[in-house]
Amino acid sequence: MVESKQQWKAWVYLLPCLVLLAIFTVWPIINTVRMAFLENYNGLKEAGGETFRFGISNFTKVLEYKRFLQCLKTTMLLCVITVPVSTFLALLISVALNSIKVLQKPLQTIFFLPYVTNAIAIGMVFAAMFNIVGSFYGTENEIVVTAGIVNNVIEFFGGTRVNWINYGSTYLANMTVMVIYIVWNALPFKILILLSGLQSINKQYYDAAKVDGSSKGRIFWRITVPLLGPMLAYVIITGFIGGFKEYTSIVGIFGASMGPAHDAKRLNTMVGFIYDALASNQQGRASAAAIILFGIILVVTLINLRVSNRKVHY
Amino acid sequence: MKVVLQNLTKIFPNRKKGGEDVVAVNDFTFEIPDGKLVGLLGPSGCGKSTSLYMICGLQKPTSGKIFFGDIDVTALEPESRGVGLVFQNYALYPHMTVKQNILYPLQNLKGSDKMTKEQMLERAVEVAKIVQIDELLERKPHELSGGQQQRVAIARALAKMPRVLLLDEPLSNLDARLRLQTREEIRRIQRKTGITTVFVTHDQEEAMSISDMIVVMKKGVVQQIGAPQAVYDSPANLFVAKFLGTPPVNVFEGEVKSGKVWIGEDAVADASGIADRRVWVGIRPEGFILDPDGPLHCDLKAVEVMGRDVSVVSGNANCTAEMVRSIIDADQRKHISGDVVRFAVKPNKIFIFDRESEERIVLPGQEKIAEAIEG
Ligand SMILES: Nc1ncnc2c1ncn2[C@@H]1O[C@H](COP(=O)(O)OP(=O)(O)O)[C@@H](O)[C@H]1O
Ligand SMILES: [Mg+2]
Repeated sequence: MVESKQQWKAWVYLLPCLVLLAIFTVWPIINTVRMAFLENYNGLKEAGGETFRFGISNFTKVLEYKRFLQCLKTTMLLCVITVPVSTFLALLISVALNSIKVLQKPLQTIFFLPYVTNAIAIGMVFAAMFNIVGSFYGTENEIVVTAGIVNNVIEFFGGTRVNWINYGSTYLANMTVMVIYIVWNALPFKILILLSGLQSINKQYYDAAKVDGSSKGRIFWRITVPLLGPMLAYVIITGFIGGFKEYTSIVGIFGASMGPAHDAKRLNTMVGFIYDALASNQQGRASAAAIILFGIILVVTLINLRVSNRKVHY
Repeated sequence: MKVVLQNLTKIFPNRKKGGEDVVAVNDFTFEIPDGKLVGLLGPSGCGKSTSLYMICGLQKPTSGKIFFGDIDVTALEPESRGVGLVFQNYALYPHMTVKQNILYPLQNLKGSDKMTKEQMLERAVEVAKIVQIDELLERKPHELSGGQQQRVAIARALAKMPRVLLLDEPLSNLDARLRLQTREEIRRIQRKTGITTVFVTHDQEEAMSISDMIVVMKKGVVQQIGAPQAVYDSPANLFVAKFLGTPPVNVFEGEVKSGKVWIGEDAVADASGIADRRVWVGIRPEGFILDPDGPLHCDLKAVEVMGRDVSVVSGNANCTAEMVRSIIDADQRKHISGDVVRFAVKPNKIFIFDRESEERIVLPGQEKIAEAIEG
């Protein structure tokens, strides 16, 4: 413990950091709450000297807004599908990686590549792969040539091509692409965490399980998964938090229109909604949406923690 | 179930180029009689654990064979051998309760051995009672003391009624008092169940106190096998003599000359019929008799009172250690006076070993070396 006479020194050392935190983190949070609870708040009008009454109309407007509900639905869907899928895949891959001896390091590097590559760049590559025609915005009059490698593969195996992301594509097709992209993009971080978790499990548990006559599947479910519990909880919780903030990945594939050419904003997310509100100078509405998003993330994280506390602690 | 080891050898190849392979166990041949408790004894790194893991099947021998009864199990996986193993640090599954830990091996049983839920629970409670942890079934391992964890580990190993029970330094994580208590308990459990048991330890006292037979190993090579008392009374070589006994045997540079064993100028024992040569002379601490006319002269350093016995600490120029430690009856103490103590030596407590090979040379009147391993 620092002696109390010395404590002011510690505070002095912390001061620059605290000032920056106050300006760039604490104040914006407070301000967000303030703006969310001012009726029809608008930054320009405030600058013009207008004052606003306190109220909750920002929230009711946001919740009544059809676009917002669509954003909420897309975000939720992406979260609920991609987090379990990517976690399970990452678990399988890391167990496999952990059990091989040769090529473990190079494969580890390959699996880690998406993590260090720019999300927009990867999105553009995915867009090209799932494209149906030479042009990004295909129209009905254009000559349809299958340009995307995914459709090439499908046609090679005798299937019919799917309009994944272009003009006239379905919501289901769009979401499929998004799920594949997000899962693939989420794998490296999860593999990294789970692999390091696996490597820290004492080998003797496996020796003991072998003497106890445990089958491979049983060892996986009864020994490996429970012992990885803390890592799995971490990966799932951060996965959900990241999932609720999904935005860049959709811009990467669909561009700023957040949807195929005939239905822009179809795949908009919560974060996208907040950005849009900001762009149209509706800071009050944006703040309210941000607080709703915060509330959802808080609740989901608490549930996650609750479940994992029951399962993980040993 | 008797266990037979035939020329068991384990070589760990060296991964670095030019490095030497590690011969962890070298040509181990031994028959463990049915229902006996055998102590595998030796300093750290001598290949005890490796031997144990080969018996249980976690490691495959480089060469040699293992039989359980008349059946060759060398190629069998651990789960088909019917062994129970207690690891050095127990390896209890930390996320399972004591009960789940004990049930786990039972839940893995296949085919005709398959048990119903009730049978499993009954068995778990039964073995928990044997090791006296039936009060702790709902606890997690981290809520148990070291001694309790150790008993859970034994219960888990016993649960599927193994034909052979293997324990790898099971007491090394316990404090001194618990160690004493638990080793008695292991003995009791082994007697009660009658399971052939191999017990690994580097603590000679532990091995001697509870084993029916001990196997002394050094650098992968078995030095001697026999009943603890027999090995103690008649060690096969200098290493075994030094390894067994506390306080340890006193070792002197000496020689055999004209039918006598000499330490310096003192002729301490009869060696008629043995050719003249340089030897190591080992005398057990309890082998000294205070005697004003005794042949061995030592410089008195201290007398430590231990109650029933007295430990006389003295010096001798030919001793390989700083001190000669002898233990004598307290009532003999009156013979101590002056700077020099003189000892006579009990003829069955003095051993001589060839100076080069360090193999024991049996003195006239001494018993032959019991079950000694050649070479
Ligand atoms: N997996 C392994 N790879 C290489 N060398 C090993 C391995 N296991 C044990 N050894 C070596 O074999 C020798 C015997 O080890 P071990 O049986 O564990 O000794 P103990 O149990 O008697 O202390 C040691 O020299 C050790 O370094
Ligand atoms: Mg060992």
